Amino acid sequence: MDKLPEDATEPRWTTGSPTLHQITVDIAAPMEGKPGRLWYACFTVSVALLLVLLATATYLIARGIGIWGLNNSVGWAFDITNFVFWIGIGHAGTLISAILLLFRQRWRNSINRSAEAMTIFAVMCAGLFPLLHMGRPWNFFFILPYFPNQHGPLWVNFRSPLVWDVFAISTYFTISLVFWYLGLIPDLATMRDRAVGKIKKLVFGILSMGWNGSHRTWSRYEIVSMILAGLATPLVLSVHSIVSMDFATSVVPGWHTTIFPPYFVAGAIYSGFGMVMTLLILTRQSMNLQRYITKRHLDSMARVLLLTGSIVGFAYATEFFSAWYGHDLYERYHFINRATGPYRWAFYLMVLCNVLTPQLYWFKKVRNSVAILFITSIMVNIGMWFERFVIIVVSLHRAFLPSGWGMFYPTIFDIAILVGVFGLFFTLFLLFIRFAPMIAAWEVKGVAVDQAHTAGHGAEGGHRG
Amino acid sequence: MAKILVATFPDTDHLLGAVRKARREMFRVYDVFTPFPVHGLDEALGVRRTRLPWVTLFCALTGLTTAIVLQGYTNVLDWPLNVGGKPDNSTLAFIPICFELSVLFGGLGSVAALLLRARLYPGKTAWLVNPGITDDVFAMVVRRPSDDETHQRALALLEECGAASVTESEAEL
Repeated sequence: MDKLPEDATEPRWTTGSPTLHQITVDIAAPMEGKPGRLWYACFTVSVALLLVLLATATYLIARGIGIWGLNNSVGWAFDITNFVFWIGIGHAGTLISAILLLFRQRWRNSINRSAEAMTIFAVMCAGLFPLLHMGRPWNFFFILPYFPNQHGPLWVNFRSPLVWDVFAISTYFTISLVFWYLGLIPDLATMRDRAVGKIKKLVFGILSMGWNGSHRTWSRYEIVSMILAGLATPLVLSVHSIVSMDFATSVVPGWHTTIFPPYFVAGAIYSGFGMVMTLLILTRQSMNLQRYITKRHLDSMARVLLLTGSIVGFAYATEFFSAWYGHDLYERYHFINRATGPYRWAFYLMVLCNVLTPQLYWFKKVRNSVAILFITSIMVNIGMWFERFVIIVVSLHRAFLPSGWGMFYPTIFDIAILVGVFGLFFTLFLLFIRFAPMIAAWEVKGVAVDQAHTAGHGAEGGHRG
Repeated sequence: MAKILVATFPDTDHLLGAVRKARREMFRVYDVFTPFPVHGLDEALGVRRTRLPWVTLFCALTGLTTAIVLQGYTNVLDWPLNVGGKPDNSTLAFIPICFELSVLFGGLGSVAALLLRARLYPGKTAWLVNPGITDDVFAMVVRRPSDDETHQRALALLEECGAASVTESEAEL
């Protein structure tokens, strides 16, 4: 990494100063050349896992959810854990694309596109779980209010957070998809104008909607991007708040707490940044994009992980404190059971990954080492999966009367679906980095030009985002 | 069909200078084409601020109304159902969906309005004034003056502003 002068006002987010044409060439390279061995290796594994998912899901739908390890005490387990996990993953993408846009954090420019793609794929994975958990997914439309109402006069219950979830997640998916696609249009036009093959020209021609770089369009386009960012920011906060209310509005000890919404949102951003880190390290190594996804980007992401990880750790402590301070018998027992009961290993794994691991990011050496970042980012993912497992399964397995207690043991099908859905996610992501411009070339160009200005004119600072 | 002059520039500084100068000298700048949004062009071109945010507001309010009507009709008027003794009109419980539908309608409406206003639609053939626009070329399009003297003056001005090339062409403006 190049050494930066101490007084540099504008940090450099691309290594060296590539020309505009060079940026186009570099970013288009993964789509025009053949991907390296690493890509093929990852893709093979992902497709294999995807097949596992397809086979298990088919069997699940044919036999019913009895093939899972659910029982009377623990009626929600891996499925809802996976659902919350994947929704959480999605949040970092929106944070990077929308919130950092509003705060004018220029470092988002070379990572926002792939982070947004990650959001969309993660929400697709998440959406799968409520559908599978229904047992009869072909009746999924029962959860929507529709006209004419064919179930007698009965409507969906709008007081239920589960119904809010349906609206929140479908809105989130739609808005994320539209935001992502809107951002892609100028780059699709670049690909159209570079395309040599007839098919490529045709496909990119249709997708780019006749974009011609007119400034009048750019001007409106930027305003609409800001509007979408402004809408997506409260939206993303609402989505995980509503997911947390699925739990918080119930009376189960361990779920019935008011800190759930902010706690879930912080956890979501934490886990999502963990996933962004994993994906971007894989991407920059497999597609040779070290120049645009710099160590500086990884460093910034590690700082976000440190912040959100600390918030998550603080929330864990708060939960224990209020259980002790609140003097509710069941709530108290739940937290004693969380730390000393049969699932204590899951609790300590979660503390190790979510409370202790991010504290490593205080050290610059750690933030600078791609290998350590990669390993710790995977630990973040594991930790956050277990956090949801602890919240869901540990709360349910010993709630209230001991006669209603039980244990949850996953079956092979629980595990197959958990693993298989990673196949779906990575297959989609790998196809995306192979066939679409995964770095927002036009945004990087804007930053590169401003960067050159600052370098040329010293600290005049006349150019802003 | 109108006759136009297309001047290309190697960077944003020359482009901005040329746009300002051309407008000062009373040439009619039709539009500017760039690979990324260049800041300062709005003022240089004298582009009015877009009214698209009003469309967003209108669509968001439509979404809000839809949510209120939908929830009120189904859960209060059509078939009030007693769930845990909560009141039929549990206004607070209706807020999340009011918010979600406002965002959904507002977001989709703004994008639709942008595409309509900028006349972008799938499959449209792009009118490119220069093949490099989406890569690294900045171009300014000026109406070709009808009399020769002004035309010569325009060419001189563009050259003076550092145009890399000036070509004449025809376009539907």
